[in-house]
Amino acid sequence: MTDKKRNVFKVLTNGFMKENPVLKLVLGTCPSLAVTTMAKNGIGMGIAATFVLLGSNIVISLIRKIVPDKVRIPVFITVIAGFTTIVEMLLHAYLPDIYKELGIYIPLIVVNCIILARAEMFACKNTVGMSILDALGMGGGFTIALLIMGSIREILGAGTWFGITLTKNLFDPAVIMVLPAGGFLVYGFVVAAVQKFSTLNIRNKEIAAGCGMSCAGCVANDNGGDKA
Amino acid sequence: MKELILIAISAIFVENFVLSKFLGICPFLGVSKKTSTALGMGGAVVFVITLSSAVTWAANKYLLESYGLTYLQTIVFILVIAALVQFVETVLKKVLPTLYSALGIYLPLITTNCAVLGSALLIQERQYTLLNAVVFGFASAVGFTLAMVLFSGVRERIETSEIPIAFQGLPITLIAAALVSVAFVGFQGLFGL
Repeated sequence: MTDKKRNVFKVLTNGFMKENPVLKLVLGTCPSLAVTTMAKNGIGMGIAATFVLLGSNIVISLIRKIVPDKVRIPVFITVIAGFTTIVEMLLHAYLPDIYKELGIYIPLIVVNCIILARAEMFACKNTVGMSILDALGMGGGFTIALLIMGSIREILGAGTWFGITLTKNLFDPAVIMVLPAGGFLVYGFVVAAVQKFSTLNIRNKEIAAGCGMSCAGCVANDNGGDKA
Repeated sequence: MKELILIAISAIFVENFVLSKFLGICPFLGVSKKTSTALGMGGAVVFVITLSSAVTWAANKYLLESYGLTYLQTIVFILVIAALVQFVETVLKKVLPTLYSALGIYLPLITTNCAVLGSALLIQERQYTLLNAVVFGFASAVGFTLAMVLFSGVRERIETSEIPIAFQGLPITLIAAALVSVAFVGFQGLFGL
């Protein structure tokens, strides 16, 4: 029993620290860089992606025994695209501000590697319960990473945090931080900080190097699946 | 003609996919280690985005809009792109084996390249005509290739430099990308956009 509990806890917290999708696995880099000009947008994108991940993980773990291996990836992508469309419509209807700010990055959740990677690596091998926990953990980790980057960029670049002015007389905001260049810069420094304070320095480096490829990795599978 | 040139130049420099729109960051970081692989990937992306711009434009116009199904855009586009990539691969293998052997290994990586879906979505958002859409797609992909090839040159230099442990690997790559991106900020005043 305790063993099971520990396992549940491990799956849930995995995404926050040890395998944080953005900071450790370097998945989903496009939205992480694009929408983090403001903390609010970071959270919005994080929650939207978490919703899609939760939905796709649940459905995929439910249908994992029915779907033939060969058409696995196209099926997964269709499921993910379905949930992305739902999120898009919900945001359009209830949160038009966020919808406008995030723009084309909402439909682009479909090609967010985090979601396909979790479907491929976790949901198609585990039960529904575990897949839900995994989605919450990974989605939470993604949201936190976006919140951190969004906060840094908003405070340094605009002098505000969630729209509240913080640095009125302290310093002039550095506009470069909300420009694309600032996105790369902040991401670089945040990952460097994580590497500095993590005990697994050397292993990290390998992950980081292999990781730009990991999107590529899922797609390589994709093709194999299609052709076979 | 003037409009087409404007679209092309602004897609390559002002709104560079990688450095100002953050589309296609995965391949940008993943395959930009060597100039030769960067060129190969770039070639494959140019090929696929140009084709997919035309195909998704047609799918949107004749399938989605005429039946009032525009809310299915995301699903249809991603399936069209996946099918197109598969199709291009099969055809190239049969018809142009030399080109296939040059681009072959990069083709399967493209389905989940967000630059492809991103350009399809941007084209719809901006209501381009077919010709404008194809020019935009081609030029954006050229911009993507340009950024990747430029950056691969920077990375080859980084390989041989001494870097603090915490910054090794991904962080220094991202910071270098930030500097390259700063250079592209300079283009922003080009059309008084």
